[in-house]
Amino acid sequence: MTARALINAPKTARKGDIIEIRAMIAHKMETGYRQGPNGQMIPRDIINRFVCTYGGAEIFSADLFPAVSANPFIAFSTVATESGTITFAWTGDDGQTQTATAEIAVN
Amino acid sequence: MVWRKPGLAVFAIIFGGGAMAEIAGEEKKSGSGFMSRETQAMQADDTSNPGMFSVLDGERLWREPVGPAMKSCASCHGDAEVSMRGAAARHPAFDETSGKAIDLAGRIKLCRRDKQTAEPFPRGSEELLALTTYVGTQSRGMPVAPPVDERLTPSRENGKRLFEARIGQLDLSCASCHDDNWDKRLGGSPITQAHPTGYPIYRLEWQSVGSLQRRMRNCMVGVRAEPYEFGSQEFIDLEAYLNTRASGLAVETPGVRP
Ligand code: HEC
Ligand code: HEC
Repeated sequence: MTARALINAPKTARKGDIIEIRAMIAHKMETGYRQGPNGQMIPRDIINRFVCTYGGAEIFSADLFPAVSANPFIAFSTVATESGTITFAWTGDDGQTQTATAEIAVN
Repeated sequence: MVWRKPGLAVFAIIFGGGAMAEIAGEEKKSGSGFMSRETQAMQADDTSNPGMFSVLDGERLWREPVGPAMKSCASCHGDAEVSMRGAAARHPAFDETSGKAIDLAGRIKLCRRDKQTAEPFPRGSEELLALTTYVGTQSRGMPVAPPVDERLTPSRENGKRLFEARIGQLDLSCASCHDDNWDKRLGGSPITQAHPTGYPIYRLEWQSVGSLQRRMRNCMVGVRAEPYEFGSQEFIDLEAYLNTRASGLAVETPGVRP
């Protein structure tokens, strides 16, 4: 499934450069601790796992918990090694994974 | 009498003295100018401003054909970047049909109901917020330009009257905070001059985008007053007045607030 996500990654970099990557996904991150207007608990529904791969290899991952805000924003850095695809994958409590990609040209 | 309420001691300290005064030209400052560096940075970068999701949703709705004639907003208005540039800066505007001031969200509601003859979006719905944010952001960077229109005078005057009237159990007016104490803080939050330049905003406390009316309702509940209804003429009049105070400041939609 294609994510509703905003990605900020450089389109070009020099080999060996340290690059910053930022990714934000639209998600309500329902904690499971809130009550709806009818007094019923609203079931938990969060993104619990984020994985980023670069040229097929995992370069960053994170587990997310109910205390993370809506629309989780994750920033990290890596070293530009080769031209290729950076893939972002967010997995929710429902087991569904949403993905987004960014291309980078390294010279 | 008033001293029975523990919270009031705080107000007494903050609001000791201070004469009612409108904010002069040079001191006029957008709400974002009072925010922390982190909040400002979040607003300034379109890939870290969560309000941009609402903009993207609005863009999709703009192009979605609906109603019996299957018309989209774009069918009539074309490219929003061209046709909607400045629309937010000149609202609230005078609506010929109703003979009253109308805010941007109200105008969008009307187009949806009358021009598309589609199911109207309620105030506060994600869809109406998204379209308002999308249309609003087309004016980003433009100065707030309240229309030169005599017919808006009664609305603005009523807005000013409401802004200066004491309300609620705490017996404070909007002006008690936003005119007389805008340079101070309340429970850690900067009070600000109440300029409506970034609306709809993404508010971290709400974990979502919300309207100016929702913000104003929060302030009213804060002074333990009965808030006006969403879409009420009182709120539109208040906004019409707020826009004259904010005249010349840049539109920043979508703003980010704590
Ligand atoms: C007791 C003081 C107080 C009163 C009275 C008050 N406000 Fe506020 N208002 C605040 C504070 C504090 C904030 C900022 C809160 C925050 O961002 O967490 C605020 C924020 C706002 C904002 C948002 C400004 C921005 O830059 O986003 C607007 C608009 C506003 N108020 C309008 C009003 C109106 C209209 C009234 C009267 C109905 C009113 N306020 C009454 C304290 C007050
Ligand atoms: C059938 C054509 C039609 C459709 C469809 C339509 N509009 Fe309009 N719109 C108009 C006309 C005509 C006006 C000028 C005011 C009037 O006559 O009411 C207008 C005015 C506006 C304005 C005020 C513009 C300004 O510069 O002040 C906004 C904002 C607006 N429309 C937004 C929308 C949105 C958002 C949609 C989709 C939800 C939409 N319109 C759908 C015809 C349309």
